[in-house]
Formats: sequence, structure tokens, C-alpha cells
Amino acid sequence: MREGFFKWLDGDYEAMEDFLDAAEVHDEPREAVKAHRKVLVEAADQADRAVVLEEKCRRIFDRLYLAIAVISCVTLIGVLLFTVANLPYFGQENPRTVEVVRRYVEDGLHETGAVNIVSGMILDYRAFDTLGESHVLFTALICVTILLRRDKKNMRKGYEDYYRITADRFFAVSNDMILRKVGLILIPMIFLYGIYILLNGQNSPGGGFSGGAILGAGMIIFAASCGFETTDRFFTRRFFSFASVASLSFYSFAKGYVFITGANSIPNGIPKGTPGAILSGGLILPLDIAVGLVVACTMFGFYSLFRRGSIGSQEV
Amino acid sequence: MGFVWNFPLFTIVLSLFSGVLCTVLSGKKAKIYTMIYEVILIMMTGAVLSYTMRTGQSFTYVMGEFPAPWGNEIRAGILEALMAVSFLVIMLCSVIAGGRYLKKDLDESRINLYFTLINLMTAALMSIIWTNDIFTGYVFLEILTLTSCGILLVREIGRTTLAAMRYMILNLLGSGLFLLGVVLLYDITGHLLMVNMHQSIVEIAKEPAHLPVLSIALGILTIGLAIKSGLFPFHFWMPDTYGRATPTSAAILSSLVSKAYILLLFKIYYRVVGMEVLKVLPLNRILLILGMCGIIFGSFSAIRARNINRMTAFSSAAQIGYIYMGLGIGGIAGYTAAMFHILAHALTKSQLFLTTPRLAEVSGDRLEFKYMQGSALKCRAAGRTFIISSLSMIGIPILAGFSSKLLFGVAAVDSGSWRTVIAVMVVLAVSSLLNAMYFIRTMVRIYTDPEREKTPDDTDGEVVTAKEPGAEQAQEPDADDEERPYEGQTTGLDYHLPMIVLTAGNVFLGLFSWVIVDLIQRGLAMF
Repeated sequence: MREGFFKWLDGDYEAMEDFLDAAEVHDEPREAVKAHRKVLVEAADQADRAVVLEEKCRRIFDRLYLAIAVISCVTLIGVLLFTVANLPYFGQENPRTVEVVRRYVEDGLHETGAVNIVSGMILDYRAFDTLGESHVLFTALICVTILLRRDKKNMRKGYEDYYRITADRFFAVSNDMILRKVGLILIPMIFLYGIYILLNGQNSPGGGFSGGAILGAGMIIFAASCGFETTDRFFTRRFFSFASVASLSFYSFAKGYVFITGANSIPNGIPKGTPGAILSGGLILPLDIAVGLVVACTMFGFYSLFRRGSIGSQEV
Repeated sequence: MGFVWNFPLFTIVLSLFSGVLCTVLSGKKAKIYTMIYEVILIMMTGAVLSYTMRTGQSFTYVMGEFPAPWGNEIRAGILEALMAVSFLVIMLCSVIAGGRYLKKDLDESRINLYFTLINLMTAALMSIIWTNDIFTGYVFLEILTLTSCGILLVREIGRTTLAAMRYMILNLLGSGLFLLGVVLLYDITGHLLMVNMHQSIVEIAKEPAHLPVLSIALGILTIGLAIKSGLFPFHFWMPDTYGRATPTSAAILSSLVSKAYILLLFKIYYRVVGMEVLKVLPLNRILLILGMCGIIFGSFSAIRARNINRMTAFSSAAQIGYIYMGLGIGGIAGYTAAMFHILAHALTKSQLFLTTPRLAEVSGDRLEFKYMQGSALKCRAAGRTFIISSLSMIGIPILAGFSSKLLFGVAAVDSGSWRTVIAVMVVLAVSSLLNAMYFIRTMVRIYTDPEREKTPDDTDGEVVTAKEPGAEQAQEPDADDEERPYEGQTTGLDYHLPMIVLTAGNVFLGLFSWVIVDLIQRGLAMF
């Protein structure tokens, strides 16, 4: 052991092979790795007993793993149930916990101008959090784009992806007659409903996130039933970047303006409007539209990236 | 109220906007824009730092027209501004020094998306630093999680994708637990704003009936953030994540992202729970023990590593352990040490992660030690920075690592419990020894000339015969440049400038640690 240690200190790794990190993957050329694996497999075939022992160890490990997983899950469930049992009852008046909520409920209408208190809360009282939240969606879309977008690097011929995407074009869902006909009837209604929910966020349940989700779902059904050729006519990559960049920057700058004026106690001059009217709630309506656009673009972007590896028409 | 008050808000909102803007710029323009923008941000946060130092008190900034418990709020003091400035400087250095590898590792069409992620990450880091609202912390934590997975994924080789997937699953688990903790805390306190939460918690802590819920909520929240930052039992994702990422990402992830989670946890402990209530709960002790385990196990794993990046990554696990140990010791001294170590480790680890790819490059893009023999002779500049940062990691005086170890010792003595003192001292001594073992060995390796070792005259026969196969293999990758042995890569200004900045920061933290310690303590007083 001692001799081996000094050899290791000198850079000789074979001497301490048993001690060194076995999980580590070698950075050797692929052929070398394959040859090495082959040798290993042959050796394993010869030494049957070693294999059996390894199997046994693995089985024990698997069982142990399962047992530990079950135990920790049950413990977590128990702890959380215990916690829930000890929480204050729902709806119970507790002077400590209602201070914030009371103002939202009682003064929300005239302070934000929105009948829907939830909209007033997320887009006016706590607009900063929502600003972050809409960028979370955008970030997710960027990550998926990085992972899935087709380009020269991952579209080389002979790659599995290539054939899958080609096959997808032949057996596309849009060839299905029933889906197509039903889609054509449903899609206008879905869009209308989505737009209604989006524009009425300040007056009734709904708003940017839910309306945008319905619009995005409508776009997905549209693309699935009528094919990407139809959506590509208006939903190009340019349109997509324009919509997302414009709405997110509008959101940042509009809310930035409100934050700065609010913090410096300058009146911001945004009219609240009459509660209940479509043009009410100050900035809530435009912000809802911005959020809705981002959500719809993100949802359709996900679908498009997963299905064919690009947003808009071909990019390769 | 001066104009400076608006700067924290600007750093967040403008970063979000820059992220969105970079998607429509070309890759090169996005890079230049991001660099210029980072410099502007550094100036802004520097102004906030000097302002808070001058006035001697922190300020709260109401986000919008509604005051604190109803609207959002951010808060800036010396500590926050100090962290913001140093995080931004390190980020800029990583982007500049890793720029060369971005071109190599990334597809050209993805470079602008990479800078989008970098800008969004800046926004998230800034918000987590400035926020005074626990839920804002959660929202930007999500952005941080997603962007960190994104900057891992960009390399698009199988192993980074796998590592990123694993990292994402663990991180989402962490986010989920954190959210659960926040929900439970909100349920019992009725507030999301940190200051008001603190008042409620002080009241709650007086009633023993609520104490279990409080400790479970805090425990869940701590586990969530511990998974994300890589505290001991949850550190196993680190080597794969940091080891194969593109250098900029590795530097940013190890030195900034994991620190941001710790900062948020510290904020919750210090500002939301408060030191008095924390004494009642058993959390400190657990963190202390886990931190110590992290130090020891991380160092052992680093010794076992055969690959320089895995070694550095495991050493990160150990260093995270130090920070948690500081949080676990508690008290102003412990927190000062932890905050100081956040800075020291961020500076040093980013330098290490930006140096190792240079060393790997001259040894044929191999990261294993056996191929890296003599690599520092081929790239002298990288060798120098590697030595400086490793010495700092070991804890040699005049470098940052020494000061932070000293501070941990002082904090342990201050804590007043003899068991803590002994444990911390022993762990510090053992870990310094282990650090020295693997770092000095690596230094010797990269400065040993493979040619010279092959001649049998230098060493006695026995060792040579034992080493022959290894030496031959080491020679294999660069067999063709036998005529010109030391011609390695040239290092330009894009490498020297960031390294000079990081080294200067490192030496400053080592030599003038009292300046920073004083700043941190003043920051803690107004935190």
C-alpha cells in the first residue's frame, strides 16, 4: 500500500487502481474505449463465477436502494402529513396572517382598478414576481431551443434523428381527415375563447397566463391538424422573435417605469379606468396581452421544437 | 434619496431586457454587447457600494406604488453591494477568459442564445442578492436553475447533456422543496416580505405548539437549497456537471451559482429567522456536521480523481462544506467567515476552472493527469495561475484561502463551545493537509517534463520499469511535435487580463483581509 501510494504520487495510476474513482469515465479515443470494453466482456464471459457474484451484489444493492427509497419517501410523507395537521385551519381568522390579504381583498378594487383581484395582485401589487415568472418561461424556451434546434451539427446524414424527422413528414397527423375537419370547426372557437380570456383578465378569472395557454393550445391543434405548412404562413421565426422580444421588453420597460415612479413617489399618470370596463385596471390589460403572447409563443415553440427541431420554417 | 437608489432595480430589469435582446443579435454582437453591459453593471453596483459605505446604512426600494408588505421590495446594503460587485467581476472575467472555448464548444448559431442565458443569469443573481422578499427569491431561483442547465447543455456532447439532465432533476427537486418550505412559512407567518416574516417568526417561536412546523419548514427549505448548492450528501452531481462543461459555464456554475443559493439561505437564516430563534432550532448543528463531512469527503474524492476537472469539482464540494461550516458555527464571526469564504472561493475556483482547459489544450485536449504531464511547461501562463490558485486553495498566507481559514478558526473560538473549537480546528488541519496533497501533486505533475523522466539516469531502475507503460502513453498524444517540445499555445490579452484581475483580487483578500472583513461586518450590522 505504502509503495503504491508513493508511486501514485509520482503519477503512476495503475499502482493504486483499486483505490481510485471507478465511476470516472475515461477520456480515451472511442476505438480504445470500445476495444477495452470488448476485452472486458470477453474476460467476463470467461470468469462466470465473478459475473454471478457481481449479479448477486447488484441484486442486493438494488434491493437496498429500493428499501432506502421507500423508507425515505414514507418518512417524508409522514413528516409532511404531520406538518399539515399542525397548520392553522383554512379560513380561520388569525390576526397575524390576514394583514396582507385583507388589503388585497378590501382595497384591491379601487387601488388597482381591476375587478379580478388575482389579476390586480399578480400584475400590480406583486408585478415584480410576475416579471420574473414570464422570463422563466422564456428561459425554458431558450434552453429547449439550445437542446433541440436542428443545425448542421446534429443533422448529419446517418443520424437517427434525421430519419425520424423524415418519417414524421410522411406519417404526419395532419393527413388524418377526421382530425382536420374537427380541427377546422374547433380552432376558431378556441382562438376566440383564448382572446376573450386574455382581454378580460382584469374583470373575470383569466388573464395572460391562462389566455396565453389556451391560445398556445389552439396553435398546437392547428399545427397538428392542418400541418406546419399552414402555420408557417404567419408564424415564422421572425414573427416569433418579434412577438417575444417586443412583449417581454414592453413588460420590462412598462413595469420598470412604474417601479421607478412608484419608488421615487412621482405620479405615474396611468389612468385606472372604471372598474368592470374593458379598458380598466391601468397597465393590467397591456401586460396581460404581453404575457399572453409570451405564453402562447412558448407553448407553440415547445411543440414545434419537439416535433421538427425548429421554430418557424426550415432553418437548416 | 439619491439617484443611486434606482441602480439595484436597473441591474435587474436591464439584465432581463439584455437577455431578451441578445436573442435577436448575432453571436459576435451579443458577446460584445454583454461585455460592455457587464462593465456598466459593475459601475452601477460599485456606485451602490460606495454610496452605502458613505451613508453607513442600507436602503429599501419599493417596487411600484404599493408599500412593503403588499408590494415587492428590494434592499441594498454594504454586504449585498459587495457580493454584487464581486459576482459581476467574476462573471465578466469568466466570459472573457472562456471566450476562446465558446467558439470551439458551441455551434455558431447558439452563441447568442448562450449570452441570452448569461444575461438572464445575471438578472437572477442580482435579484437574489438584492431581494427582500422570499417569493421573489424563489422566482429568480427558478431562472437561475434553468439558465444553469442551459449553459451546461450548450456544449452538446452526450456527457454534458446527461450531466445537465441529472443536474436539472436534482435542481428541480431542490426548487420544489424550497417552494414547499416557503409555502409552509407563508402559511404560519402570513407574510412573504422578509422583515415582516421575521417579526411573525419571533412571535411564533414563543409558542411551543408552532415550533415543529417552523423547524420542518426551515428544514425542508434548507434541504432544498443544500441540494442545489451541493452540500455533503448531495454533492455527487458536481464532478460530472463541472467536469465537462465549457470553461465559462464551469467557472460561473461553481463560483457564482452555488454561492447564490447559499446567499439566499443565509438571508433566510439571518434576516427571516434571526439569530435568537435559530439558537432554539437544531439546524446549526446539523449544518456544521454536514459541512465538516463535506470538507473531508470532498477532499478524499478529489484525491481519488484521475482527471483534473473532476479533482477541481470535488474540491468545490469541499469548499462548499467550508461555507456551510461557517453558517453552522453561527454568530457574527461565523457568518463573516462564511461570507468571506464565498468571495475567496468564488475568485479562486473561477481561476482554476479557467486555467485547466488551457493546460488540457496543450496536452491534446486530455484532462487526465497522466496525459497532462509537463503541460505547464508548454503553457507557462496557465501554469502560473494554476499555482497561485492552488496555493490559495491549500491556504498559504498572503492568499485568500489562508485568510478564510484563519477566520473560520477565529469564529470557532468565538463560538464558545470547546467541542466546536476542537472539531473545527481538526477539520481545518486535516483538510489543509488533504488539499495540499492533491494540489501539490498536480503542480508537480504539470511541471514535470515527460522527456526527462524517460531517461533512466535520473531515477533508479525499479521506478523506471514500473513507470515505462505510463510514460509511453503520456508521450503518445504529442508524439508528432518531438522536434519542438515546448511550443504550446499562446496566451493573449483575453487570458491575461481576467487572470490578473482574479489574482489581484485573491492577493488583496489575502493581504488586506481586514478591509473586506470590516465591510462584511458593517454589512451584517445593517443586513
